[in-house]
Amino acid sequence: MDNKLVSLLKIPTTKKSMAETLLRYLVIILFAFTVFGLVLFIAGKNPIRAYADTFTSIFGSFYGFSELWVQMIPIMLTAVAVALPSKMNLINVGGEGQLIMGGWLATWAALTFQGLPKIIFIPVLMLFGFLGGALWAAIPGLLKAKKLVNETISTLLLNFVAPLIVSLSVFGPWRSAESAAYPQTPAFVDAARLPVIPGTRIHLGFIFAIVALLLFWFFMKHTKWGLEIRAIGGNPEAAERMGIRLQWYILIVLFIGGGIAGLAGMAEVTAIHGRLRIGLSQGYGYKGFLLSWITGGSPIGILLMAFVFAVITSVGDTLQITQGVPYAVINILFSLILFVVLAKPALKGKKK
Amino acid sequence: MIGHSKSGNIRKEYEPLFELRGITKAFPNVLANDHIDLKIWKGEIHALLGENGAGKSTLSKILYGFYKLDSGEIRFLNKTVHFHSPQDARKLHIGMVFQNFTLIPAMTVIENIALFLPDLGMVLDRKQIIKKIDSISKRFHLEVKPLAPVWQLSIGEQQKVEVLKLLLANARLLILDEPTKVLAPHEIAALFKVMRGLKEEGYSVIFITHKIREVLECADRITVMRHGRVTGQLMRAEASEDKIIEMMFGKTKIKQVERIIKAGTTSSKPLLEIKKASTKAHGFSVGLKDIDLKIFQGEIVGVAGVSGNGQKELGDLILGLLKCEKGHKFLFGENATHWHIGRVRREGAAFIPENPLSMAAVPNMTSQENMAVNNTRKYSRRHGFFIDLATALADLEQSFENLGLTAPPFLCPIKTLSGGNIQRVIVARELAQSAELIVAFYPTKGLDVLSTTAIQQVLIRFRNSGCGIILISDDLEELFSMSDRLIVLYQGKMVGHFKPEETNMVDIGHLMTGVRG
Repeated sequence: MDNKLVSLLKIPTTKKSMAETLLRYLVIILFAFTVFGLVLFIAGKNPIRAYADTFTSIFGSFYGFSELWVQMIPIMLTAVAVALPSKMNLINVGGEGQLIMGGWLATWAALTFQGLPKIIFIPVLMLFGFLGGALWAAIPGLLKAKKLVNETISTLLLNFVAPLIVSLSVFGPWRSAESAAYPQTPAFVDAARLPVIPGTRIHLGFIFAIVALLLFWFFMKHTKWGLEIRAIGGNPEAAERMGIRLQWYILIVLFIGGGIAGLAGMAEVTAIHGRLRIGLSQGYGYKGFLLSWITGGSPIGILLMAFVFAVITSVGDTLQITQGVPYAVINILFSLILFVVLAKPALKGKKK
Repeated sequence: MIGHSKSGNIRKEYEPLFELRGITKAFPNVLANDHIDLKIWKGEIHALLGENGAGKSTLSKILYGFYKLDSGEIRFLNKTVHFHSPQDARKLHIGMVFQNFTLIPAMTVIENIALFLPDLGMVLDRKQIIKKIDSISKRFHLEVKPLAPVWQLSIGEQQKVEVLKLLLANARLLILDEPTKVLAPHEIAALFKVMRGLKEEGYSVIFITHKIREVLECADRITVMRHGRVTGQLMRAEASEDKIIEMMFGKTKIKQVERIIKAGTTSSKPLLEIKKASTKAHGFSVGLKDIDLKIFQGEIVGVAGVSGNGQKELGDLILGLLKCEKGHKFLFGENATHWHIGRVRREGAAFIPENPLSMAAVPNMTSQENMAVNNTRKYSRRHGFFIDLATALADLEQSFENLGLTAPPFLCPIKTLSGGNIQRVIVARELAQSAELIVAFYPTKGLDVLSTTAIQQVLIRFRNSGCGIILISDDLEELFSMSDRLIVLYQGKMVGHFKPEETNMVDIGHLMTGVRG
C-alpha cells in the first residue's frame, strides 16, 4: 500500500521527448488512414489500390510533390492566425473570413495601383492583404474587448459575410469586361503577381509562412509581449492585477492573427489565381484551425502536420479523379484525425 | 462491543452511532487522511479541530459520502456501511452544512428547503412545509422568514436555513464545516445555542473549526488533527488550551507577532486619500457609498466586515481596477481617480492577494517568470524583444533575503508549491520594489500558522519602516493585533472608525452585521 501511496504522491513529469511526440503523430495518422481505408472498402473501392494510386501520383511526380508545398502555405498561415490568439485563450474560428478579406483588399490594391514596379508593388499588396484580414478580425476583437460579444461566435459568423463581400465585388464594380461569362475581376498585371518557383506553383507565400512560424515562436518564447500574452492565457485575473492591459491585448492579438490569415489570402489571389473570384478559399481557414488545435499551437508541430494535411488534401483530389469518390469524403479523414486527437486525454486517463 | 452490556438497552447507549476505522484518503501530492479512527455518539457535540489542511474537511466529506475513501471503513450502529454518494449518507440521517452554502439565492426559504426534502411531492404543499418549519425553528431557535428570498438574508440567517433544511430532511447527525468562519461574534453565540439545543434533543453535531476558544466553549468531545492524522482526543473536562495547542502544532514554536510601536515617521500628507467615493454595484457585489479614507505613512488600517460588504471593492478601488462613479482618489499626493492599475502599481502600490494562485500568479509559470511578467518594463531588454529572466530571479532571491523568508524552489511551475510558499513568492515579488502603500486582501487566509506569522511580521516591518498598509481581513483577532486604526464596512458604507484599543470585538461584530450595539 505504501508503494501505491508513493506513486500517488509523485508529481508526474510533464516533459515529453521529441521522439515520443513524433511517434504519437505517426500513430494518429496511421490509425486515421486505416479507418478511412475501411470507409473506402465499404464504399466498394479497393483501399490498397486507391492508396497506391494516390501515393504514386503525389510522390511519384515532381509536380504532384510540389503541389503539397503549395497546399501547405495557406493552412500554415491560418494556423498561426489561430494559434496566436489561442495563447490568450481566444478562439479565432474566423481564419477563413480573414483570409478572404485579405485577398479582397489585396485585390483592390492590385487593381488600383497598377503601374507600380514589382519591387514596390509586392510589399504594398502584402500590406493591404495584411490589413484586410487584420481589420476584419479587429471587429470581433473590439467586441470582445468591450465585453459585448464572444469572439468564437463573432469570428465564425463573419466567415459567412466575407464571401458575400467578394461576390458583391466580382458581380459588381470589379467584374471583368473581357470574361463576362465568369464573375471575376480582370487578371492582375504581372508586377502584382507573387514570384513562383519555375515549373511549380510554389510561391513566395511559403517564405511568409515560415517567417510567420519563426516569428510566432520567437515572440512567444523570448519577448516581453509573448510573456504577457502567456500570462493572460494562464490567468487573466492575475494578469490584469499585474497591470497588463487585457483589452488592448485582445484587440491587438486578433488584429495580428487576422492579418496573418489575410496574408494567406493575398498570396492566394496574387500567386495562384492572379485575380479575385468566388471560391477563393477551399476551407483553408478551417483546416488551419484544425491544424492549430491538433498541434496545440506549437510552431514545429504546425509545420509537420501541415505537410500531412497537404497529403490528405491531395489524396482527396486524386481519389476524386481515379476512384470517382466525391472530394467531400476526405472530410471524413480530417474529422477522424480530430477525433483521435480529442480522444487522447481520455485514452491517457485509462492507463492510470 | 466494549463489554458494558448489562441489558440490550444500555448496550445501545454505549454503542457509537458512527464509527470510522482507519480512514485513509490521498489526493495528488497530499495524504489528506492517514488512518483516522473516530467515534461519534448520540447526543454529543464533537469538535474536529486542526489547522487549515489538517484533513478535517476531507474526513467530514468522506463521512458525508462526498469523497470515496481509499481504505478503511465506516460503521453505523456496529455494521459496516458503504457510501457511494451523499444520498447514501442522507439515508442514514447524516446532513452537512458546507463552508460555501448550497442555497439558491433567487428562491425563497421554503423553496430552498422543499428542494432538499426526500419526500417532496409533485405539487408543493407550502402550508405544510411552513408548518413544519415553524415547529422546528421554534424548538431550536432557528427563526427565519420562510417567504423571504434567500439573497435578502444575512449570512447568519442563511446558515440557519441550511441547518433547518437538514433537520426537516430528518438528519440526526449534523456536520458543520467551519460554521463560525463567516459569522460575527454575537451570531457565533447564537449558533452555539442552537447546537446545544440539538444536543439536548439527542442530535449529534460534528463541529469543524480551527479556533480553540470556540471548541472549549461548546464541545463535549474534541478530536485534534494535524497533517492528516489524529493527534489527540479529549473530553471537554480534561481539555485545556495548552494541551490542545500542543496537539495542534506539535513541537513547532509559534512566534508571536511582535508589534514594535515606533512613532515618528508619520507625515501630515496622506499616501492615499479617498474623498466621497462611490462605485457601481456589479451583479451580486455591492457598490461602495461615500467612502472617506486617508492612509498615512507608517500605519496599518484594518478593514473589518462580513465578507461581501465592499472590502474587495475598496481594495480594487484603491488599485484602480474599479472606477469611482462619484468622488475622487488621491495617491501619493496626485489625483489618481483615473489611473490605470498599471500606473497605480508603478507609482508604489503593492498588492497582496487572498488567493495568490487565482488572483496574482500565473499557475503554469515558474516563480521566476511570475516575477518577470509582473514588471516587464524593468526586465525588458532591447525594447522588449528579450526578457532578462536572470535579473528577475536575482531580484526575487534578494527580496526573499530582505524579508527574511525561507525560499522555495523558484524554477518549477508555481502551482506545484504549497499555498504558504505561493503566498511567500507573491509577497516577495510585490515587495521587491520599494512599496509605499500595500493593499493586503485577506493576506493570511487559508495559510498555516508559520506562513501566517511570517507574513504578518513582514507587514509589521514595512509599517515600521514608513509604509502605509490597508489590511482587509475577516479574522478579527488579526485585525485587532495588527491595526493602528480600524474601519468597519457594512453594505458598502463605512459604519465605524476606531482605534483598536477604544473598542472591542463584540461592538465591531454588531457593526459588521448591521446591528447597532
